[in-house]
Amino acid sequence: MNRLTQLFQRKTADVLNVYFTAGFPQLHDTVPVLQALQDAGADLVEIGMPYSDPVADGETIQRSNQQALDNGMTVATLFEQLHDIRQQGITVPILLMGYLNPVVQFGIERFCQQCQAVGVDGLILPDLPLEVYEREYRPLFAQYGLQVVFLVTPQTSPARVRQLDALADGFIYLVAAAGTTGAQTDMNADVDAYLRRTQALGLRNPTLVGFGISDAASFAAASRHTTGAIIGSAFIRLLQQAPADGRTAAIQEFVRGVRPH
Amino acid sequence: MTTTAPSPYQVDAAGYYGPFGGAYVPEMLYPNVEELRNNYLKIIEDAEFQREFTQLLTDYVGRPTPLFLAQRLSAEIGTTIYLKREDLCHTGAHKINNTIGQILVAQRLGKRRIVAETGAGQHGVATATVCALMGLECIVYMGEVDIERQRPNVDRMRMLGAKVVPAKSGSRTLKDATNEAMRHWISNPTDTHYIIGSVVGPHPYPDMVARFQSVISAEIIRQLLHQTGRATPDFLLACVGGGSNAAGAFYHYLDEPSVRLVAAEAAGQGIDTGHSAATTALGKPGILHGASTILMQTADGQVTEPYSISAGLDYPGIGPQHAQLFATGRADFMSITDKQALDAAFQLSRLEGIIPALETAHALACLPLIGAKKDDVVVVCLSGRGDKDLATYTKHLEEYA
Repeated sequence: MNRLTQLFQRKTADVLNVYFTAGFPQLHDTVPVLQALQDAGADLVEIGMPYSDPVADGETIQRSNQQALDNGMTVATLFEQLHDIRQQGITVPILLMGYLNPVVQFGIERFCQQCQAVGVDGLILPDLPLEVYEREYRPLFAQYGLQVVFLVTPQTSPARVRQLDALADGFIYLVAAAGTTGAQTDMNADVDAYLRRTQALGLRNPTLVGFGISDAASFAAASRHTTGAIIGSAFIRLLQQAPADGRTAAIQEFVRGVRPH
Repeated sequence: MTTTAPSPYQVDAAGYYGPFGGAYVPEMLYPNVEELRNNYLKIIEDAEFQREFTQLLTDYVGRPTPLFLAQRLSAEIGTTIYLKREDLCHTGAHKINNTIGQILVAQRLGKRRIVAETGAGQHGVATATVCALMGLECIVYMGEVDIERQRPNVDRMRMLGAKVVPAKSGSRTLKDATNEAMRHWISNPTDTHYIIGSVVGPHPYPDMVARFQSVISAEIIRQLLHQTGRATPDFLLACVGGGSNAAGAFYHYLDEPSVRLVAAEAAGQGIDTGHSAATTALGKPGILHGASTILMQTADGQVTEPYSISAGLDYPGIGPQHAQLFATGRADFMSITDKQALDAAFQLSRLEGIIPALETAHALACLPLIGAKKDDVVVVCLSGRGDKDLATYTKHLEEYA
């Protein structure tokens, strides 16, 4: 069974998903960071495939993308890095997140094959149009056992939320507020109302909130009406700041700090 | 000029030009793009909109722009050359045809703020101008590199009351200004309209911008008929960065196979030098700024940083319609180097008393290369004037003394 499905069967609240950029801060940090996140207790991990023009991302993730590219990171290198993680004791569910062009250039079927071969569980491709997914990608994702995650924002109409929910099979990624990643969203009444409104739709997929979640307070506020939350930019900042020899401990402390129980 | 079958070169109901086009946008932009897609044709085809658009093009922009028989240049090249004088539009380039149209759309969508990207600054100035005219707030993103090389346009935008924000990411040119404008729109989804300056971006932008620019070819047809007795030229030349002046100049001729369409791309220092913006020569199909198109990229799908002496052509992609014109062979794409463009700019200045924009000079540089015969009628879209490029031209004055 897909590890994402297993996770959400086992756990229906306070799910913590942590995002980091592949090949960052150093080219070969991908697997060590993944291992440290699993050891620290992250429920699932979203690995970002770096891209030169990440329009949905704010400065922190833009810079991590550029640094990873400068380090020589590519889609092919990522699959090399991940090739035996499932034999080396990595059991945490893994999503790959990235913009469509590098995936298209790699070749979509070859990409899906490689995902299955290394043990990736799902994909987030924010600029993949829904109709292109339905027409071309859905059969491939199904064939290679990959679940798909779609984004929803406060501006997404209820009818479209239902349409996205009907096609998603990983989870629904609730963008907390209008903006790019790393924006300082305060978990105010507007966000709370939006999360309640979405909860009231009774979606069939689990929901995880992202954009602006950075600490225990925002994690708790975001998780109140949802299955859990996603932390990205705040974790990237930690990776930037932590010295290499103290990184594992810093990641432990970070995850414990976000979800203190 | 009508065809019964749908044109293979115009957008289809799904927003595509053959395999190119579409709307590859993250969900954060979906509602904005959908709002535009659902409303743009209804708005544009409304009689009151058309009346206001036409009136502003006439009384404010100064249309129709002349079609000028360039006799000395014709004699020099050995063919018959007409210049479509978009450089005489208010603000100095064709860009304002589009910003007038889009500001009227934005008003009808109830938007109060405008965001735009700019390369050479011509689109930024044209956007700042219409925002001043309509009393809307205006924010323009411009690459740091372009701010340096197009200083006069930065000051013009500021004088017009716009806020010019430097784009500091990536190559710090047009591509990155576009990224920043999109991010701004993501962060301001309800009250802001994004006036894209070219026939790029997610559907419906390429089609909407081409429709507003199509006034160029509508006028060429009338003027050419009046001056030569025929509505169609043998050759039609325009430069392509994103490709909005070319899209407008080609628009009514797309399904006239007797008209040879020529698109001039910026080869920069040469297509094999690594310092180039010749998209069709160096690129391959992929996705850029919300559209499936042809773009310059690495084997891994990372967008390549382009180079051109001309800020307006310094872009790693082309509009999806141009990708289709290239892929089908409907248009010929030529790569013009910085040096060829400079030669053409000085040639036009000395022979006809018209200083063209550096972008436009790339189209002029095609003239000796297309094999036009003496009696062939060649129309060049003179997309902009060269005042903004005077600092660059001044550096080369000695070479052309």
